[in-house]
Amino acid sequence: MSKTVPSDQKLDVAPPYNAVARHGVSPQPSHDEIARFDFLANFNKFLSGALGPGNQLAYDKRVLPAFLKENGREPQDRFEIRHAMNDDPFHSFWSALKRNSMEMRQQNGRAMVLRQIDELNAKARQYNEGRDTLELNPEVAVPRYQSAVDIHCMPGSYHGEELSGDVSAGANYDCGIFATTAGGLGALSDGGGQALVDWIKKERPGWQPRRMLDIGTTVGHNIVPLALAFPDTEFIAIDTAAPILRYAHARAQSLGATNIKFIQSNAEDLSRWDDGTFDWVQTTMFLHETSGKALPKIIAEGYRVLADNGLMFHLEQPEYSDAMPLFEQFLRDWDAFNNNEPFWSSMHALDMKDEMVKAGFDRDELFETGVRAVVDREIFPEAPTGEDEDHGRAAFWHAYGAWKNADQMQEAAE
Amino acid sequence: MTDQVFDWMAAANKKAKGKRPEYFDDPEDERMLSILMAVVGEVSVLRERMDTVERLLDAKGTISRDDIESYTPDKEAAYERGAMIREYIYRVMRGPHQMVEELQQAEPPVEEVSKELKEI
Repeated sequence: MSKTVPSDQKLDVAPPYNAVARHGVSPQPSHDEIARFDFLANFNKFLSGALGPGNQLAYDKRVLPAFLKENGREPQDRFEIRHAMNDDPFHSFWSALKRNSMEMRQQNGRAMVLRQIDELNAKARQYNEGRDTLELNPEVAVPRYQSAVDIHCMPGSYHGEELSGDVSAGANYDCGIFATTAGGLGALSDGGGQALVDWIKKERPGWQPRRMLDIGTTVGHNIVPLALAFPDTEFIAIDTAAPILRYAHARAQSLGATNIKFIQSNAEDLSRWDDGTFDWVQTTMFLHETSGKALPKIIAEGYRVLADNGLMFHLEQPEYSDAMPLFEQFLRDWDAFNNNEPFWSSMHALDMKDEMVKAGFDRDELFETGVRAVVDREIFPEAPTGEDEDHGRAAFWHAYGAWKNADQMQEAAE
Repeated sequence: MTDQVFDWMAAANKKAKGKRPEYFDDPEDERMLSILMAVVGEVSVLRERMDTVERLLDAKGTISRDDIESYTPDKEAAYERGAMIREYIYRVMRGPHQMVEELQQAEPPVEEVSKELKEI
């Protein structure tokens, strides 16, 4: 007999949506809107933790043996595994539940935000009007890689407007991250940005970048902690979508990050900035939302505007190297085909080191590192790992970085 | 601010651009699961609201709608409510959850066991 009594058990439950921090443009959730996100956060934990392992079992016990029998060989790539798994009743059902969870997250978030859209727009205007730290440019076209499908199944994507000039796309994106990650990114969904602060303070203590460029900033949740940690640094955050920038700017201002300028701009052409303008150029979980032609242009432009001894940093999921089992590649690909991330699969098959070398870096300047979300562990959970990892959603990323010409700078100094 | 009435309920239901994947042979099954999951979610919402009412009544004896709307659980209550939602999810997801167990341990049909028992 086990001596454990139920009250002593510590179950893996999601924190309540009540625990998220509010800022100046947070939607105000009703009791039941909070309860909807509480359900989804725990349901997503169930899907990845309790049901997720069934995928590997279905593959090992049913799908792979049938594939071997039919083809006389192992699957060659993740696509063959996907086609075979899509016919498996367990995997189909798990996928259908997961897709519904995503659609419910969008419906629930949008219902909360759109119910109070006028109030939210008025709040955003208070932070936005007359400030030179928000620069919108209607000439910036929505690129095809953003408009072909609505990424994350977000109706209207980042650029959609329900009412002219609104901030609903940003507010919906911001609030729903809690449900999708089951609180894994912390009170302001900024655990990634806080992790970057910790990382750079350890990596280069005392470093004070003059200017930093954040590409594809969305609601700016990864940049605000950095802007607060480096108050004398000038931050430029760009995105192609106006609605999300209106929200991001108001959000940053309300949190006291007044040293970020949000500019509507496409990173494929950074010609408004001279060579070597920035000491730090970064993307966080963004490159997989571009395209095969845009990604090299963005990295090349990023390299050009990066100063010598400056840092380029790209936070992404790990790439599909030969070392990664095909089954894991298939699981990580789920979002590509089921959560409207059309470039996800191709992007993670790229060798980011090669891409950075093509942009101009020396191979020996490159480094890779892991970054785990930094959150208040008293309230918010550790990022799930191992068996329970929700591939592509866990608050743990892989970073591809480089210090530009740092050796030359070092030699010149000596 | 809006000239016409903005039907936020309809707008919240907008479909995301991009063909939806099909998971089942019958397209009606896709719709039925989406309805069922919405109901599953709403039952959880009702249960959480009931829990709020119960806790407030325990603490105050009499309550208003405002009390319910502004209720924030403390750490212990938050954990208990999380466990309550988890238990609910495990109960309604029994079927799919048992599929995992079935995959772990293939068992012979009871008809086969029945025949075997006649012989032993």
